[in-house]
Amino acid sequence: MADTEEERRFVGPRRGQIVFALLFLGVSLFLLSQIGEQTKWMNKVKFAAQPRLWPAIGLGGMVLFSALHLWKLPRKRMVRDDWQEAKIWLVPLEFALWFLIYVWMTPIIGYLLSTILFTQVLVFRMGYRKRSYKIAGLGFAICVVVIFKSFLQVKIPGGAIYEYLPAALRNFLILNF
Amino acid sequence: MDLLLAAFEVLARWDVVIALLVGSVGGVLIGAIPGVGPAVAIAILLPATFSMDPIVGLTVLLGIYGSSMYGGAIPAILINTPGTAVNALTTYDGYPMTARGEARRALSLAYSASFFGGVFSVICLILFAPVLAKVAPLFGSREIFLAALLGLILVVVAHRGQALIAAALACFGIFLNSVGLEPVKYTKRYTFDQSFLSSGVDLIVVVLGLFALSQAFVLLQGEDEKLRINKLRGGLFQGLRELGRHPRVASVSASFGVVMGMIPGVGEFTAQFLSYTYAQRTSKRPEDFGRGSSEGLIAAETANNAVPAAAMVPLLALGIPGEALTAMMLSVFYVHNVVPGPQLFQNQMDFVVALYLALLILNVMVLVFLLFATNSLIKVVKIPNRFLGVCILALSFVGVYSLRNSVTDCILAAVFGLFGFILKRLSLPIVPIILGMVLGGIMEVKLRAGMARVKEPFDFIDRPVAMIIFLMIIVVLIIHTRQVLRDRAVLKEKKWSAKHTSTNFAQHLSRRKNYLSTERGKKVRDKHLKYSPRSTERR
Repeated sequence: MADTEEERRFVGPRRGQIVFALLFLGVSLFLLSQIGEQTKWMNKVKFAAQPRLWPAIGLGGMVLFSALHLWKLPRKRMVRDDWQEAKIWLVPLEFALWFLIYVWMTPIIGYLLSTILFTQVLVFRMGYRKRSYKIAGLGFAICVVVIFKSFLQVKIPGGAIYEYLPAALRNFLILNF
Repeated sequence: MDLLLAAFEVLARWDVVIALLVGSVGGVLIGAIPGVGPAVAIAILLPATFSMDPIVGLTVLLGIYGSSMYGGAIPAILINTPGTAVNALTTYDGYPMTARGEARRALSLAYSASFFGGVFSVICLILFAPVLAKVAPLFGSREIFLAALLGLILVVVAHRGQALIAAALACFGIFLNSVGLEPVKYTKRYTFDQSFLSSGVDLIVVVLGLFALSQAFVLLQGEDEKLRINKLRGGLFQGLRELGRHPRVASVSASFGVVMGMIPGVGEFTAQFLSYTYAQRTSKRPEDFGRGSSEGLIAAETANNAVPAAAMVPLLALGIPGEALTAMMLSVFYVHNVVPGPQLFQNQMDFVVALYLALLILNVMVLVFLLFATNSLIKVVKIPNRFLGVCILALSFVGVYSLRNSVTDCILAAVFGLFGFILKRLSLPIVPIILGMVLGGIMEVKLRAGMARVKEPFDFIDRPVAMIIFLMIIVVLIIHTRQVLRDRAVLKEKKWSAKHTSTNFAQHLSRRKNYLSTERGKKVRDKHLKYSPRSTERR
């Protein structure tokens, strides 16, 4: 079927827009329904200083504008493309999980080891089998740790496994890697 | 002169010099890699700069902000893919030049135009700084509230065709900022009795999630592209000479960049659009635009590079960031208890001028670096997308985890990363969320302070600056409403002209049946029948 004028003028892809608009409106409505329980209206406090004022503005705006956005969408019924797009939204869940495993591992095995492991596993998972990529991943991991932990001294705790090392080496590793 | 010397004294430190070097080279590299961009880099580096002096940290971030657009021109010209979003217009004339074998000329011209835009903007602002120092104290709580509101409205209406969802997302940002323990009465807001929400949702976590993690997810989910780039031969100095032949286009475009950069929420895209349109209209060869016109390339690159310095004006003078990158920089000020705003402009003018000087030096360093290192830089354009995704994911960890070593922050960042991924897939704007968070916080504080002495609503705008900003808000809303109504009329007309089915006589009658059935309608019908009787009627 040929596109309507509204569809042609729509900014961005049309697939998945209805799903997002419905989800956003649904969450906004749920949050707005909780405003009485989650915020307080204080007596003898000026309107501008009321704790409920700004959540109400934010949520009111979310509900109003997302409802108008939904109303103005060129296509208001779900088609197969919308569901397929929604399925693609679930793909990065895997990468988010890898990221959280990396977060969980760092205080246990240390920043250097966890970063090397993380980059190597993910490089492999992404289908890079050439040695050059593995070396590039390893080099990148070491560079990141040296720049951020050793040089810029960002706050990342030392690994629990460092406790099993001799005192001098342990201190060095906790401070720098 | 004393001010300049004082500013040089602020900059004369080895760590500032290193910051300048890292910022400029790093920014160019980041800009040259399509799919990274300054927002991702600044989001990742933000927590690392917290341990530095404000001038050092801000120099690194400013360096990345200011020089990424230089680097972004490289893939825009060579492979028709903008390195940063603001280099999109560069592809219009840059790539056609490459296609006809003039890549070296295009790159050289882009560097020269960028350099001119950057330097012009900084010089304008250094000259303009004393005036700003006089104007800034006129801004009290009410004026800052109204300016923040104006910024938020401008950000929303700037997303043409997406204003409704941009407004919803800006409101989402305002809501996110209100989560946690409220600072005056210490009541909890939307914490759902979860202790991790009591301290609120950290801006850096949201920024890292929406910009860095989401970009990593986009790259990891996508495919690698195979690129072939030929080695450039010859020098890159001819662009400076060619730029000299178009002084009018360059200076007008740079002026657009300065003015648009200073207005919160407007930024590079509007500046580029205006300067490109101006250059095309006044050109002797307007038909060349979009087909490799040197004037088009100059207009686009000059305008976008004039913006970063100008964008620092609302941030430094009023404490109001005009776009996502300056919003991130605001947190560097807060971490060091340096409150940007009228006081900063009055009391620490040397600091402000030092920042501008840093930008000036940075532009020179970037130009020199690019003139000699472009051939080596081209290689970074070839880094495969998914490998880049792995790198960004590993770097995002440093940004989020080093904030307060919190696993909850990482989970929240991952959630915002997924949300950002969806927004990017749907081409929906992310910036309104960040500005909603930052400007929402400013508006809450300033409204509370401003309303303390207000008895009647009109008192809020009874000062001249407040009245001017209020009128600007009204004008912006009127212009936007007019635009929406005009778009609606055009759409209706298009729909009518593109209609496939004809409107037959029966449909016309059916539409008018209510009128025709009235006494007046019957009378008019009889009258018409009298003068033009139906052919089937007996006479």
